[in-house]
Amino acid sequence: MQVRAENISKRYAGMAALDDVSLTVGSGELVALLGPSGSGKTTLLRTIAGLELPDSGTVFYNDRDTSEMRIQDRGVGFVFQHYALFKHMKVMDNIAFGLRARKKNKPKEAEIRRRVMELLDLVQLSGLEGRFPSQLSGGQRQRVALARALAIEPSVLLLDEPFGALDARVRKDLRRWLRDIHERTGHTTLFVTHDQEEALELADRVVVMSKGRIEQSATPDEIYDTPATPFVFSFIGESSVIPVAVGNGRATLDERVIDLDVGTLPDGPAQLYLRPEDVAMVTDGGPGIPGLVVSTRRIGGMRRVTIECGLARHRIEFDAPAEIPIANSQRLQVRVIGGRVYGAGSEGYETEKLAASATSDFKWAKAEGWLDR
Amino acid sequence: MTEARANTIRINKPRQAIGEGPRTRFALIAIALVFLALMLIAPLVVVFFEAFSRGLGVYIDALAMPDTMSALQLTLLVAAIAVPANLVFGVAASWAIAKFDFKGKSFLLTLIDLPFAVSPVVSGLVFVLLFGANSVLGPWLADMGIQVLFAVPGIVIATIFITFPFVARELIPLMQQQGSSEEEAAVSLGAGGWRTFFLVTLPNVKWGLLYGVLLCNARAMGEFGAVSVVSGHIRGQTNTLPLHIEILYNDNKAAAAFAVASLLAMLALITLAVKTMLEARFAGSLAAQRRH
Repeated sequence: MQVRAENISKRYAGMAALDDVSLTVGSGELVALLGPSGSGKTTLLRTIAGLELPDSGTVFYNDRDTSEMRIQDRGVGFVFQHYALFKHMKVMDNIAFGLRARKKNKPKEAEIRRRVMELLDLVQLSGLEGRFPSQLSGGQRQRVALARALAIEPSVLLLDEPFGALDARVRKDLRRWLRDIHERTGHTTLFVTHDQEEALELADRVVVMSKGRIEQSATPDEIYDTPATPFVFSFIGESSVIPVAVGNGRATLDERVIDLDVGTLPDGPAQLYLRPEDVAMVTDGGPGIPGLVVSTRRIGGMRRVTIECGLARHRIEFDAPAEIPIANSQRLQVRVIGGRVYGAGSEGYETEKLAASATSDFKWAKAEGWLDR
Repeated sequence: MTEARANTIRINKPRQAIGEGPRTRFALIAIALVFLALMLIAPLVVVFFEAFSRGLGVYIDALAMPDTMSALQLTLLVAAIAVPANLVFGVAASWAIAKFDFKGKSFLLTLIDLPFAVSPVVSGLVFVLLFGANSVLGPWLADMGIQVLFAVPGIVIATIFITFPFVARELIPLMQQQGSSEEEAAVSLGAGGWRTFFLVTLPNVKWGLLYGVLLCNARAMGEFGAVSVVSGHIRGQTNTLPLHIEILYNDNKAAAAFAVASLLAMLALITLAVKTMLEARFAGSLAAQRRH
């Protein structure tokens, strides 16, 4: 089933939790709502479920306006961050709750039992139907909660930070397992998370939210490779920011011209966003930005180096091969091989991909001489 | 040798990281026990001791007096009306306050506490002013042939007023702490309002509810001040047990007064015993819920 939210706005005590948000989740799609706390992602999820009413805007389920539908009739499988299992009921009764609550086509008790056993098998908890929720671990509780939501054969599955309360290890396992279940059952699924790794690994499409608005809605690759806004760039992955000035189609740093392709970016101040892999250390004596090493730390097979460069001592982080010894206070030169420039335009942000790629046709002006400072 | 000894001591009596020394602990326990003995146990013992001071015959005579029997009946009747009324009101009010946001919520909370804040005598007088012969409602009620003051309805109304915070006060913090995500889960799974209430909300608060009802019942049977103002003290008709005890005591029938008092104390003890029994009976599921 397709879910479509159109122009949803919602205010809490004068603060906009959702500001004219529109979102479509295609049938069978697995979509992540990603954003920091307070970005409105949970409010959007709850509004789609019918647990909150929007101040304006409409939610459609397959072109059916849901504003007249009771939440009971929507067929929403909702999974809560803190499970919200019925504490006084055994696992069996928790999962059977939705089926027993049915008024129309209520299955016979034997059929209900059969369905519960099937679901327990699906969530790999067979044999635990007689336990109380308090006798289960966090990961098991969340799987029971998912089985309970799946029991009503929901038209859409909504999960609110489903793994937020679990430890890192269990979270990773459950992530893979949820992807697996989605592939087997094919439910239209929307989940909320503040964990970018979770969103990028699990979802077909990631919707990044900030301050009640959608910043970008795209595939994980697009989100990482072509972030639409500075917010998305800095929220996803590691990033360094350097203020640059754009004028006459060129970017400058500290009034020294840099050979940057800034495309059609309007004149004025702009920000250069860099990921660690967008910066390479100059080892062949070629031109580069000089910098002073302020810290290094080991990350896996690489060494993450932080340098200060420019007059205002902007910090840039990049990865260097671990076998190259780099010490604090050492001077070295780096070359920018990727990254994005965002200028502050009148209609929000415009972006241009840098003349990126691993080629070194990207040069810093040497003429001014601060390379030799 | 000394080292071994030290080790043994450490094994037998592990030092607590947090806690008081043995002397402090002893002093605290002693203070609590002495206080309990003086303020709770001694008076209770005295009641029963005085009740039987003139022998068993006097005791039984005092209980068998028609006035005592009618006072007992009236007390039980009042409790039987006031407690269910406050059960319904308390659950409704706590449900509204804990699960919904609306304007005037804190005002409603304050109102619920009002009977605790106001002296019972004042509460009684309020009803005299409201239903008395010179009030607005008085003549109208008299025309309808309904007597509220100095009759059972007045006593019931005053008792409901005095006891209505008990259930709500017990449930509101409990329900607020539990939040409404279980209810949200239930409705998203297709359960209607009543089903959600009886299968999800009520089981989660049943112990708090039981405790509130028992406290409410104890107070309903024992209330003196407000009931005293509205009852009119008509023997055999509008005397509850506490009022009857006072009359006996003022008539210099101390033994009889204490005999009836022991009856009232017994009702309270039975209430407590029932609560303890239920808790012991369902200790397992109670602990399971608390752990969650």
